[in-house]
Amino acid sequence: MLIMGAPKKMSALLEIKDISKRFGNLVANDKISFTQMQGEVLAILGENGAGKTTLMNILFGHYTPDAGQIVFQGSKLPAGKPGSAIEAGIGMVHQHFTLAENLTVLENIIIGQQSLLNFSLPQKYAREKLRELSDKFGLPIEPDALVANLSVSEKQRLEILKTLYRDCTLLILDEPTAALTPQETDSLFATIKHMVKNGLSVILISHKLNEILAVSDRIVVLRHGKLVGEVITSEANRTEIAEMIVGGTVDYPKKETSSPGKEVMRLKNISCNPINESTKGLNEVDISLFEGQIHGIAGVTGNGQTSLAKMMAGHLKPEKGEIFFDQKRIEVFSPKKFMERGVAYIPEDRNIDGLVADMSVWENAVITEISNEKLKTTLGFLNNSNCNDAAQILCETYDVRTQTLQQPARLLSGGNVQKLLLGRWLIRQPKVLIACQPTRGLDEGAIASIQKMILDVRQKGNAVLLITEDLDELLKLSDTVSVIYNGKLSNSFPAEGLDRSRVGLMMAGEGFND
Amino acid sequence: MINFRLEQREYVSPWLVFLAPIGAIIFSLMIASILIVLADVSPLESYIKLFVGAFGSKNAIAETLARATPLILTGLAAAIAFRAKFWNIGAEGQLYAGALAVTFFGTGLIELPSFLMIPFLFLVGALAGGLLLLPLVLLRNYYKVDEVVTTLLTNFIIVLLVGYLLEGPWKDPMSLGWPQGASVIDEGVLPQIIPRTRLHLGFIISIFIALTIWLVLSRTILGFKIKAVGINPSASHHAGIPVIRTIIIVALLSGGMAGMAGVTETAGLKGYLTLDLSPGFGYAGIAVAMLAGLNPIGIIFSGIFLASIYVGADAMSRAMDVPTYLADVIVALTVLSVLISIIILQFRIVFGGQKRDI
Repeated sequence: MLIMGAPKKMSALLEIKDISKRFGNLVANDKISFTQMQGEVLAILGENGAGKTTLMNILFGHYTPDAGQIVFQGSKLPAGKPGSAIEAGIGMVHQHFTLAENLTVLENIIIGQQSLLNFSLPQKYAREKLRELSDKFGLPIEPDALVANLSVSEKQRLEILKTLYRDCTLLILDEPTAALTPQETDSLFATIKHMVKNGLSVILISHKLNEILAVSDRIVVLRHGKLVGEVITSEANRTEIAEMIVGGTVDYPKKETSSPGKEVMRLKNISCNPINESTKGLNEVDISLFEGQIHGIAGVTGNGQTSLAKMMAGHLKPEKGEIFFDQKRIEVFSPKKFMERGVAYIPEDRNIDGLVADMSVWENAVITEISNEKLKTTLGFLNNSNCNDAAQILCETYDVRTQTLQQPARLLSGGNVQKLLLGRWLIRQPKVLIACQPTRGLDEGAIASIQKMILDVRQKGNAVLLITEDLDELLKLSDTVSVIYNGKLSNSFPAEGLDRSRVGLMMAGEGFND
Repeated sequence: MINFRLEQREYVSPWLVFLAPIGAIIFSLMIASILIVLADVSPLESYIKLFVGAFGSKNAIAETLARATPLILTGLAAAIAFRAKFWNIGAEGQLYAGALAVTFFGTGLIELPSFLMIPFLFLVGALAGGLLLLPLVLLRNYYKVDEVVTTLLTNFIIVLLVGYLLEGPWKDPMSLGWPQGASVIDEGVLPQIIPRTRLHLGFIISIFIALTIWLVLSRTILGFKIKAVGINPSASHHAGIPVIRTIIIVALLSGGMAGMAGVTETAGLKGYLTLDLSPGFGYAGIAVAMLAGLNPIGIIFSGIFLASIYVGADAMSRAMDVPTYLADVIVALTVLSVLISIIILQFRIVFGGQKRDI
């Protein structure tokens, strides 16, 4: 049942006691203990791989912990039994939504609650309860709207209402702001504060420090599976927490001055259809890349970024429009032709489109060069020593840390994978680098290295197109920025002195006439 | 209650990979012995008879190796294709396509001296097998037609075509009414390598081809591309590897191997094309390849192993009055246990750990 009335700040709601979980030699959770108070917003901070996801999976019974226990509202949650946490009143909204797009809001609320043998849906009761919940917690929603037509923030609202409908008293939000514009983020935080006032307790999982500082009451920090710090937000010091997260100081690269050279690549009035349902196509996109400049693309994920990147890398054929390299119009659209013209493309999903995980590190290092004469002997045999040398040079130049060059590439950490993937393109001295989400999911140290590699491309007088959902990173690295919305691209603005909230509004579609 | 969990290994040692098939073979012989016990005879004695039948005499060894020849080639056909995740299960049809090519060119149409005629027959046989697969791989690449379906169904078309030709236009008038093709000319017949046995030059050739394929897959640029495309086609594409072209080459090679199995049987073992040229060598090749973990060198051994089971089972059946079908049971069990052992290898068993609260 929902807890009514004023929040009771002092009593413990959830106690995590000495939870440990090991996967092979990897200790994912090492004796983690903390307590969540009633009516509190607790933030769990940590980099990818710090153990946040494992802990949540243990809480929800998907994993059995090797040691430790979880106590919720005074009683012990059975380990390894999915469903018991939900029954006890813990609800989670995942980063990737779990909604049936072809059903209405109300139907999405009801499904999963009913026995399969029950032929009639309790529409009337559900509608009434949904209305009560949305009034009480300030989550307005249209019960009969089709989910496919909802915006991202509305879908998130529906996910929260779904958990509330199941009488949850502790709401866990996993990276809730990943797909939101800055304005939507602010409004989500207002909602969280309102919900807490009405008796809900919230756990917020995130790696964005600014947001955590803005909305949470207390912060726990995980690193390499251990709990390394616990602070009251009002007494927190930003730098201190940042160092707690990464376990040391991080040297972020400085952007040096670089004046624009001549135009290297231009897309003129390019249109194309979407490649799949999760992305948009392009609609009369016009964009120029200049020597020594980084052009950043801001936008909520799924507005055509992937199509733009693939178009510029030669993986898509335009249905309309022209592409120019050095003012010369090109006729043939193929990844190989674009590669020959000096285009390097870092796809956003590095594990699917980048790494051949079950091949060795050296094989992944030379795969883009495999047609190079130096790696061949007569009769088409691989020149093993040259391959090894090339891989060795790549790993040394870009600081790819691997035990041996022969080990499978899947054993590399995310940061080293990205350094390898970016490095093997940079070694070709590309004229145009197209980088999609180059730092997504990496730890701060690796982020700094990748950012430095990207800035070096610019420093050498080459052009970069940077697509990232991290607005801070975008504004920091880019010389010019344009916003993509629904397959359309805005004019480009100088990044310096650009107003974040204005970019935010444009990300939500303002200024794009449909 | 024993309390244990499975945990994924980060690294599987090559020794385990090597020992797994051997363990699987022993395990499946043990299971099969239950069936032998049900037939009221001694399993140990039966297996001894099986072994003697396969390796007990010069003739037995020759027979086993002769049987291994097409199995090695169809095993290679499956291995090359499966490595690139191209699911060619049409080796049976491609084998008969190779045999048809031998009958078309090798029974008098073209006459060359022996040292040219034999390579020529292998060439046309391989081409026939490869070309049979070509339209299917193009359908898969450009129209996403599932190759499992097309390669499998093509088998029936080719086998029925062989039946039509042997009962009709290609029937040898000298065959006294049997549905069989004309004899391969003397220059094209693969010579015996042990006199007065059926073991022919094809066996040496198949081993030579297996070694060549091993070199190609493990040491060349093409092998590198096939491996990369098989593991992750999308990443290969983004890295600039021509994925579609690589798969077409894989299909031609795979079909070519199976086509050459048709050559060894027509020009080596029998001397002419018959309806029962292959008792399912194309399908057994999949088992050979799986048993060897798709490794071309391993395929030489797994091919000989399967051949010894089939040949030995005949002897066992005569001596012990156990049905020869037992050979199929052993082979099937072995392949199943190998596949399961490959999955089990990925994990280690952890005893103890926390008990679940119920």
